[in-house]
Amino acid sequence: MSRSLGTGDTRTTKAWLVCLVLAGISFVVIVLGLNTGTIRIPPLRVLDTLFGGGSGRDHIVLFEYRLPRIVVTVLAGAGLGAAGAVMQGLSRNALADPGVLGLHAGAALGLVMFVSFFRDLDGSAAVLIPLFTFAGGVIAAVLIVLLSYSRNRGIVPVRLILSGIGVASGLSAITLYWSLRLDEDTYAFTARWLAGSVWGRDWIHAAALLPWIVIVLPYVLSQTRSLNNLSLGDETAAGIGTSVKRQRLLLLGAAVALSSASVSMAGGIGFIGLIAPHLARRLVGPMYQHLLPVACLVGVVILVTADTIGRSVFQPNAIPAGVVVAVVGAPYFLFLLSRTK
Amino acid sequence: MTAPPVLRAGRIRQALLFTASAVLLALAIFAAISLGAKDLTVSTVWSAVFHYDRSLMTHQIIHELRLPRVLGAAVIGAALAVAGSLIQGITRNPLGDTGVLGINAGAMFVVAVSFAFFPNLPYGTLIVLSFLGALMSTLLVFGLGASAPGGLTPMRLTVSGAVTAALLGSMTSGIAIYFDLSQDLAFWYAGGVAGIKWSQLEILAPILLMVIAWSMGLARSISLISMGDEVALNLGLNLRRIRLLGLLTVVVLAGLSVSAAGAIGFVGLVIPHIARKLIGVDYRQIVPLSALLGAVLLVLADLGARMANPPEELAIGIMVSFIGVPFFLFLARKERRDL
Repeated sequence: MSRSLGTGDTRTTKAWLVCLVLAGISFVVIVLGLNTGTIRIPPLRVLDTLFGGGSGRDHIVLFEYRLPRIVVTVLAGAGLGAAGAVMQGLSRNALADPGVLGLHAGAALGLVMFVSFFRDLDGSAAVLIPLFTFAGGVIAAVLIVLLSYSRNRGIVPVRLILSGIGVASGLSAITLYWSLRLDEDTYAFTARWLAGSVWGRDWIHAAALLPWIVIVLPYVLSQTRSLNNLSLGDETAAGIGTSVKRQRLLLLGAAVALSSASVSMAGGIGFIGLIAPHLARRLVGPMYQHLLPVACLVGVVILVTADTIGRSVFQPNAIPAGVVVAVVGAPYFLFLLSRTK
Repeated sequence: MTAPPVLRAGRIRQALLFTASAVLLALAIFAAISLGAKDLTVSTVWSAVFHYDRSLMTHQIIHELRLPRVLGAAVIGAALAVAGSLIQGITRNPLGDTGVLGINAGAMFVVAVSFAFFPNLPYGTLIVLSFLGALMSTLLVFGLGASAPGGLTPMRLTVSGAVTAALLGSMTSGIAIYFDLSQDLAFWYAGGVAGIKWSQLEILAPILLMVIAWSMGLARSISLISMGDEVALNLGLNLRRIRLLGLLTVVVLAGLSVSAAGAIGFVGLVIPHIARKLIGVDYRQIVPLSALLGAVLLVLADLGARMANPPEELAIGIMVSFIGVPFFLFLARKERRDL
């Protein structure tokens, strides 16, 4: 559609450029993330090891410890960025975010249920973790949609935000109730998870997260046309020929799947879903075919950087990436809030 | 001048409501003192309170454990409810609450910082610090809301409060994790009056009661503000001054409550609503009735938290959330305006 406006081609070129630059930045932060830690490996040796060279010790450190964690971080960052962009398009609210809307509180409840039933987090049961957090996220989403639905007006945006806040508090109370009954170690894990700590560090965790992102992300990327239409408003979208209700439901499900699966391995990280689409919109404009991939890449850059900072600057007790993101992200959000009408 | 019959009937109703709430509070306090791991008879409780005998074990339980705890719950419940009613009046936002608006989170953050860096601070200092924390987050939330184009809308206030709460909460848990305070802080987070001792109550209760009394003095002006800026201005009210005084009062009440009992959400949201339903729109009645009902709610919630699963205790914040959240959602659902 934008092509007919004449500016489409320049925009597409710009979007490609931005994507390239961001991919370059992602590559740099990933290599930096791989080289940082208690055992430092120089960037060139990282590259060398990745392509088969390097000493045996480098090999073990990199392939057994650093790489799976980085894969988890990259997948989760992309998932959270995309989920935020989709949520903002669906709700036509630039301040919408899976965390703010209470989906993470549902995912947290799912995680606490998981650790209460399966104590072993590293075994093959780990594959089930995204399923549990997804179930929690769906419960939260259903509650929020039911509560903000009006027979005449559909989903009322203001109610969406208010019920999100309420549902998040309620689910958090249940989560707190359960987590206080856990033993000390499991409790410590849950506390870190809630603060947004990337804990997935084995290949099994990367494998558990991978299918969710690999299946849902391309689906969302293929739906950029509906997202464009939906963000124009229900009536316009219906006029163009989008089946508003069905598309909204499918895309909401996709956003819940992406964010719940991402937080299952990367902890309850808020604000990435909020900031990444915002930055993307500033960089490439509001068209979803440009915005969505850029939001994914921005999400990757933010999460990998935050995790690396949290791990390396605050030795020996690593600070969860979620705290790093919130300390940078919340002020940015408040700044946006103070400027939007 | 004799009041018209309608008003007189209203007065009788008001007097009845206040008497009933006071009786309810007395009963709740009495029940909370006598029920527990060791059930005590009425006469034992009576003599323990009024003729304390240090040599008797039952008297000691009542005097050293239950009494400060129950009285603490009552005072803090009253303070939270009054803070909520003032906030709702000042901002004309029916969803206003010190927890939702991030005021509690500021106090919690400062308490976490002092736990981490100065673990042995005396209680008096902790109170001052948590007050400063509450003040800091209040200034942040209201400053940001007011600086935006279009001014301080209730919606903007709610969102900036929620985000500020998330930011401070996140930094609090970061500190807790970095300094290995997680479990200490978690129980305190969850909110509880279990740990309140006489030495704390002696500082806390007089200040809170005085500030609550002061709030009742503010109530007339708050009523006028709640009717709209124009009404208040026409009556010659200094809006800015009243808002500032009201907010400062809220900050003192919230900061002190959090320093003593952690973050107990939703008391400040639910109680003023119930009070308004019962007694009408005049804050001169809403504020004192909120104080009484807030005290009742927290005393009962604490009792429930103790009795739910003995010998373990449920966190009181969870107990209050289970009552408060459905109510909040019910109100949010009824919200018709685009805030």
